[in-house]
Amino acid sequence: MKQSKKAKVAEKEYMDIPGTTVFDQEQSRKGYGINMFCMSLMKDENRKAFRADEAAYLKAFKLTPQQTEAVLKRQWNRMLELGGNIYFTAKLGATDSLSFQQVAAIMTGSTQEQYAAMMLAGGRPVDGNRSKSEWKK
Amino acid sequence: MARIIAAVCSSHVPAIGAALDNGKTEEPYWKRVFSGFEPSKKWMEKARPDVCIIVYNDHASAFSMDIVPTFALGCAAEFPPADEGWGPRPVPVVKGHPELAAHIAQSVILDEFDLTIVNKMEVDHGLTVPMNLLFGQPKEWPCPVIPLAVNVVLFPPPTAKRCFDLGKAIRKAVESYPEDLNVVIFGTGGMSHQISGPRAGLINSKFDKAFLDNLVVKPKKLTRISHVEFMREAGAEGIEMVMWLIARGALDESVTEAYRFYTVPASNTAVGHIIMENPKKPGGKKKPVLERPVKTNAAAKGDAKKTPAKKAAARKSPAKKVSLPAAAE
Repeated sequence: MKQSKKAKVAEKEYMDIPGTTVFDQEQSRKGYGINMFCMSLMKDENRKAFRADEAAYLKAFKLTPQQTEAVLKRQWNRMLELGGNIYFTAKLGATDSLSFQQVAAIMTGSTQEQYAAMMLAGGRPVDGNRSKSEWKK
Repeated sequence: MARIIAAVCSSHVPAIGAALDNGKTEEPYWKRVFSGFEPSKKWMEKARPDVCIIVYNDHASAFSMDIVPTFALGCAAEFPPADEGWGPRPVPVVKGHPELAAHIAQSVILDEFDLTIVNKMEVDHGLTVPMNLLFGQPKEWPCPVIPLAVNVVLFPPPTAKRCFDLGKAIRKAVESYPEDLNVVIFGTGGMSHQISGPRAGLINSKFDKAFLDNLVVKPKKLTRISHVEFMREAGAEGIEMVMWLIARGALDESVTEAYRFYTVPASNTAVGHIIMENPKKPGGKKKPVLERPVKTNAAAKGDAKKTPAKKAAARKSPAKKVSLPAAAE
């Protein structure tokens, strides 16, 4: 039993990475509805139906009230916390005519100009961004 | 006998595809990226592979959350481009090589790698962007392609070591195929990047450059990188780099680095690219890449002489490091 406890700790070591929700089995189970809703947006007719009445369209996907709110309000980080995966939520971004970079800018709390400038300057450095303990300072 | 002549590793950033599709390649931002692939296109014109095996990951295009295969081999006759939310990319339908794919599937599964067989699949930017970078924008792709989709979306992806070993099994499979074919294997994705959450935008050039160096000379060292280390050091989505190890595993221990390119950024991502050639072997009917005549006109031939591929081949030491071109910084 001791060994399996150890394995579990090692497995979740990635929880220490700051500003990151690793899309693991647990997140995937929680987020099935969000992700399958996003997947449906790969078809143009579905994008049109969603745009016409977002709340009504979402009813087919068995989302929790929190997940529904996060989608309707385009809370991109909250969607990931509630089980969404970026490659799926990016399809909602595409439906809103937002690129990956535009969605990323929103998630980091910066304007697109600020974010693009950060990337051109070499991106977010890894120093100071490896562990949650570094973000608490 | 079929043989793997080289591995091509490259990022597969979707924005690169969008820049191509929207005619933005001449804009300074994008020119910096595309110019780095000009020597690669010339290399590919000379290499003229009969088949490419392209290791990539599906980005929730062919596979939703209903089925998530760890390794999925495309055995179909063709693979149409997927609609990723913006409409399908205006690229040709990718033609498969069902016979070689079936042979690889059989060989690799009996070698204890339990692949998923896919007989119907749409392919997204993960596969088509590297094809554009190496083949340009032709009306038809110049050779058939066998897609190998690797799960790197749902944690945990296969380990770096497992990927490297799968590459070895693929090589064994290719070399037991009776037809005389030259095969190039692609490893795609990466390099450092994170596109999700408040830590998005993370880039680690030091990690990337060490990865490129080790990929050539000490690939086994890279097979010891854990998932946590990839995500912490190279960003949550930087874990895609495990796919490069499948391509590297399909080569000899000692390889010739023909070309390398690195630039930051393309959209959210550090763009890395490397071409490694297997040593020439006697016995094959076809001549090795650099000894084969170029079909294109004289001007292209003249240019090709100046490519780093030629320079690297002229070197005596097969696995010598090539310094980064000035453009890389």
